[in-house]
Amino acid sequence: MTTILPRKDVVIVGLGWTGAILAQELTDEGLDVLAIERGPWRDTSTDFNIGYAQDELRYAIRRDLFLQPATEAMTMRNNLSQTALPMREYGSFLPGSGVGGAGVHWNGHTWRFFNTDFKIADNLTQRYGADRVSELQLQNWGVESAELEKHYDKFEYLAGISGKAGNINGQIQPGGNPFEDPRSREYPLPPLDMTYAPTLFAEATRSLGLHPFPTPAANVSRDYINPLGIAMGQCTMCGFCERFGCANYSKSSAQTTILPVLMKKKNFEVRTDSEVLRIELDASGKNARGVTYVNTSGEEFFQPADMVLLCAYGLHNVRLMLLSGIGQPYDPNTGEGTVGRNYCYQTNAGAQVFFDDKNFNPFVAAGALGQTLDDYNGDAFDHGGLDFVGGAGINCIPTNGRPIQTRPTPPGTPRWGKDWKQATVNAYKSTLSFSAQGSSYPTRGNYLDLDPTYKDRFGRPLLRVTFDFPDNDIRMSNWVSDRMEEIAKSFGAKQYVNTRRKKGWDSVPYQSTHNTGGAVMGEDSKTSSVNKYLQSWDVSNLFVIGASAFAHNAGKNPTGTVGALAYHTADAIRQQYLRNPGQPLVSA
Amino acid sequence: MKQLFLSLTLAAATLSGGHAFAQAPDQADEIIRGHYQALLTDCAACHTKAGAKPLSGGAPLHTPFGDLIPPNITPDRETGIGKWTKEEFRSALKQGVGHDGKRLYPAMPYPAYTKMSDQDVDDLWSYIQTVEPVSNAVEANQLPFPFNIRLSMLGWNMLNFTPGEFKPDPAKSPEWNRGAYIVEGAGHCGTCHTPKNLTGADKDGVTLQGASLQGWYAPNITGNTHIGVGSWSDEEIVQYLKTGQNSHSIASGPMREAVQESTSMLSDADLKAIAVYIKSVDGGPSDKPKAVAADDPHMKAGGMIYHDTCSACHGLEGKGAKQLFPALAGSPLVQQPSAETLTHLVLYGSQGATTAAAPTTPSMPALGWRLNDQQVADVLTYIRNSWGNAAAAVAPADVKDKR
Repeated sequence: MTTILPRKDVVIVGLGWTGAILAQELTDEGLDVLAIERGPWRDTSTDFNIGYAQDELRYAIRRDLFLQPATEAMTMRNNLSQTALPMREYGSFLPGSGVGGAGVHWNGHTWRFFNTDFKIADNLTQRYGADRVSELQLQNWGVESAELEKHYDKFEYLAGISGKAGNINGQIQPGGNPFEDPRSREYPLPPLDMTYAPTLFAEATRSLGLHPFPTPAANVSRDYINPLGIAMGQCTMCGFCERFGCANYSKSSAQTTILPVLMKKKNFEVRTDSEVLRIELDASGKNARGVTYVNTSGEEFFQPADMVLLCAYGLHNVRLMLLSGIGQPYDPNTGEGTVGRNYCYQTNAGAQVFFDDKNFNPFVAAGALGQTLDDYNGDAFDHGGLDFVGGAGINCIPTNGRPIQTRPTPPGTPRWGKDWKQATVNAYKSTLSFSAQGSSYPTRGNYLDLDPTYKDRFGRPLLRVTFDFPDNDIRMSNWVSDRMEEIAKSFGAKQYVNTRRKKGWDSVPYQSTHNTGGAVMGEDSKTSSVNKYLQSWDVSNLFVIGASAFAHNAGKNPTGTVGALAYHTADAIRQQYLRNPGQPLVSA
Repeated sequence: MKQLFLSLTLAAATLSGGHAFAQAPDQADEIIRGHYQALLTDCAACHTKAGAKPLSGGAPLHTPFGDLIPPNITPDRETGIGKWTKEEFRSALKQGVGHDGKRLYPAMPYPAYTKMSDQDVDDLWSYIQTVEPVSNAVEANQLPFPFNIRLSMLGWNMLNFTPGEFKPDPAKSPEWNRGAYIVEGAGHCGTCHTPKNLTGADKDGVTLQGASLQGWYAPNITGNTHIGVGSWSDEEIVQYLKTGQNSHSIASGPMREAVQESTSMLSDADLKAIAVYIKSVDGGPSDKPKAVAADDPHMKAGGMIYHDTCSACHGLEGKGAKQLFPALAGSPLVQQPSAETLTHLVLYGSQGATTAAAPTTPSMPALGWRLNDQQVADVLTYIRNSWGNAAAAVAPADVKDKR
């Protein structure tokens, strides 16, 4: 028994960063907008109460804010020859749930991708020849940096990003990232005050001829009032960002930058604890009629709408498309089909340097308080004499000194007992860590589809992730690890450890929640699910917004680009789509 | 209805008959002016229940004498005031006697509205005629015997009520007089902010000096420079009333409603007039009491709780953050003789006012589950006596009363 509800102009699936941005923009346009959110309502003082927000056991270990596998699990395998199995706990990545989505519990690194990323296929083929990239399934994104600049800018000003520009209108700025593409103006806020570890890292790498700069942070360095008139408070550097909601209105999220304005609009509504089961299409299959969702009492509703915006987590966007029969599912054997194509991840590596005589006070920290260098990232350096493409941002961002999880010990330390305790005491304050966040490039065999065996509580197939690190990415990561070793050595400390990325992705230990692709944007409807405005090639009144649109993943955190793409889509809907609704913005 | 419009138009024409080129004014002017009067008088604060149709009857008012339910004042003929005449409406607002000679209880602030001009009351009447009639029967009088006898208000009025329009003070500026007219009349600020005597009427000689209501303490809003608004500039008062916040404070509790439903929509000129007037009201001695010594054990304990629980937002120096965390240092609200509001805020939390100009809607989280009575008392004693603040210490028993 499905209750049919009165129609809405727009229904949005998921109220995280992208859902909130689109809702804010489209309600400004006068449209009647409904967001349907699977998880609960959450707000700062009621859910991230300063009296308990910094509870590491509850939030970091027991993962109170995350999606639980009982709600939706996934199955994993490394390649086509294996049988995927469902996880009992999310491990390698931790999707969000509830209003604000993963934007509630992120660290706040807010990047722009390079123009050479958006034009990756053209650029790498022209620069290094087709042979170099033949094992990869690289595609251009259909947009360029210059086109996205104003949308990046809008997101950064919304979120009060604290950073230092490296290139303003073509002029290289001292202290910023010299490899970035031109931006139109400075960041809205200056960088966070540096703590000791990143300061030391910057000195060391600068003396090696590298170009460290402050990581652009969504932890506000000063009190800030954003363009919507919403105030944020200066970050106190408590070191409880990733896995936590911010109790101090200091970390940018839908809650701290959009919802105070959006929730008061008469033409906006959110229904929480309501899970969208599928997007309903009309008989032609070319138009979405709305969505069917179920509430916590198991009651089913059909919500008709003129437009449907998929704004869930990237992986969930892809699954909902597959469950709704939208687009042609990708087939790794033929390389044909689009939905599930070009799933990518992140190719990370780490280094730890153990000192005798330093005190880094690691508990003074923020999720994005640190230094980065892009000298070895993307195509910022010449790969002419090398055997790979891609690269990594190298980050010294000591995000926290939390007592349960931050327990660095040098090699040779026992795993438990008195000696382990003593070692953690010795190393806690005197260890410097830095990491490589490596690009992840698509191959034919890495993809997403529906699992043939395992189903969720509604009987719908789970999403199946087939992924292993491509050989190119392993070669890239090893080369970057060599560079990290040079940096680690240069500190002259008593000991250092390099953790290298190896083949054989393991879904258990946490690595990164930067899952990208599966509903990628592009120039060609044969190789992409959505056009450059993230409009479905197949269903014109459906837009699919999020990192699901990334044609590959760069050596950078995705949120900045996700925010820019959301504004790019909102702009296209407001300026173009609404003049001629239901029509493709790009002809296939 | 047509008949009514015609008679209103005639009445308005009569009123403005003194002008040489008088013509029947557009009735829209009256209604627009009346709408502004409805904002000034903030009828909706009592007569509209959350989520209900405007003016269709309010949530119960808990008075020391018992409960009263603000009636339906939409033009519905059966359950609202649709059968009332304009004269009856005027009499209700200015004399406390409504339809059929029924006496009103002074929870309806006729002791303040009596100062309104006939013109303003008539405009308000015109506006109320345009509100959607809603059928909602309300029995206003829920009081126990003997207070449920409306005639007893005759005696109350003899003791406490001086009818009569506001008389401008020719020695003062027109702006001051406008401010006084609003504050004492339509704005009825004293209904909350003036201490009450045993019969529930305003006490003499302490106008706007702060009073307890509904679990909150409506602070001193006189020119007192220590606990009133005497140290605030006119602009800061205007900003507070317009946006719900300024660099000293953020409106919360009942004042949140007053800002959102009333003051944020008033003209800047009227807000400035209010500021000029309230700063001129005598607010008692501005001398600071002697602050509790920093080495007092309760101050020390409170300081540790403050650093641990409060300083991340309100700052180590109690300075707060713009439009987000109210400053505690130098805050008149923090230094009121009563810590009732502060206790409420710490125990239960509260959401600040939200206005178009300041939409953040920040909230104080509830901490009553985490701090015991002694700890709440100590941290309040600490903020009331740090950074130059000075006010009486708070006792655990005061906190216990609020739980």
